[in-house]
Amino acid sequence: MNFLYANTYYIAAFGLIFIGLYIVMAKRNLVKVIIGLSFVDSGINLLLISIGYIKGGTAPIFSRPDISPLKMVDPVPQALVLTAIVIGVAVLALALSLVVRLYQEYGTLDIRKIRGLKW
Amino acid sequence: MRKIIALILLAMLLWGVSKPISNIPFGMNKINVAKHYITKDISETGAANVVTSVVVLYRGFDTLGEVTILFIAAIGLASILYLPKKRVPDNPPVEDSSLILRTGCRFLFPLILLFGTYIFVHGHLTPGGGFQGGAIIASGFALMSLSCKERILSTVRLGVVESLAGLTFVTVGLIGLATGGYFLLNFLPKGTLNMLFSAGIIPVIYVAIGFKVGSELAGIIGNLMERTQ
Repeated sequence: MNFLYANTYYIAAFGLIFIGLYIVMAKRNLVKVIIGLSFVDSGINLLLISIGYIKGGTAPIFSRPDISPLKMVDPVPQALVLTAIVIGVAVLALALSLVVRLYQEYGTLDIRKIRGLKW
Repeated sequence: MRKIIALILLAMLLWGVSKPISNIPFGMNKINVAKHYITKDISETGAANVVTSVVVLYRGFDTLGEVTILFIAAIGLASILYLPKKRVPDNPPVEDSSLILRTGCRFLFPLILLFGTYIFVHGHLTPGGGFQGGAIIASGFALMSLSCKERILSTVRLGVVESLAGLTFVTVGLIGLATGGYFLLNFLPKGTLNMLFSAGIIPVIYVAIGFKVGSELAGIIGNLMERTQ
């Protein structure tokens, strides 16, 4: 129980990542596969942010002069996730546009009926 | 069968991942580079928001690469969805949006633009910055394309805005290279902490990123709305 309490964020992040990977591997509808990819994206962002957290820490912003720099959380993962979220949106849109073209070409979203895909 | 194979693969992955992760205690220590960024931030960059100074100055070259990824994704989307003029399918008649949606969008659109601009202009002082502000502005365009179907975004103008913003980023970086010896040198005066005109080139670059991200995401929305009906 103590282990669960101490690692809630890691467990949630890996839960999201593994749910997303399972959707990607098990589902046959392409839109569902893309939903799974966005699950993986969110899980990785949450994992990076929670690695940078320190107990009782504040946001790394000097909005008041009396904030101690030693109590601030790690700014590097936040900076990485900041850009990764926007890139995730753009890549999601790119994947959806590929699905739109596949649907126009084959008339289905089932990957078993689209030729050239064996899985 | 596929589901069993997927579950076995995921169990192996979980076992492999849990060993290294268990060596990183939650909420404990920081890596050394973060300590350097936090303690030296005010004297080195003059920005109140440490995340912004990491994004724009310490890892500015990295951010340039990430903006390029965004640009390539937008280009790829436009070229995948591109249809020659004669092959454009006949659009089915689109139902007009309701009066409430139209009026609400016209009321909210300028406020959303103002809010996004506020977010990216104050990126070095408060939480926020170019990426977030640009995403908010693009959400305003998404709302607009839901309500006013006849008002299609001009991709040429969006391209001009995007190219100018990208050029500003690179030019500011190159001026630093010319005057001080390395790319993205903070050559402007740092000013006082927590003032709007402080932190040298950080606000300039973040405003450029805001315009670039906003126009790119708005272009993505415009392409998706226009070519997939």
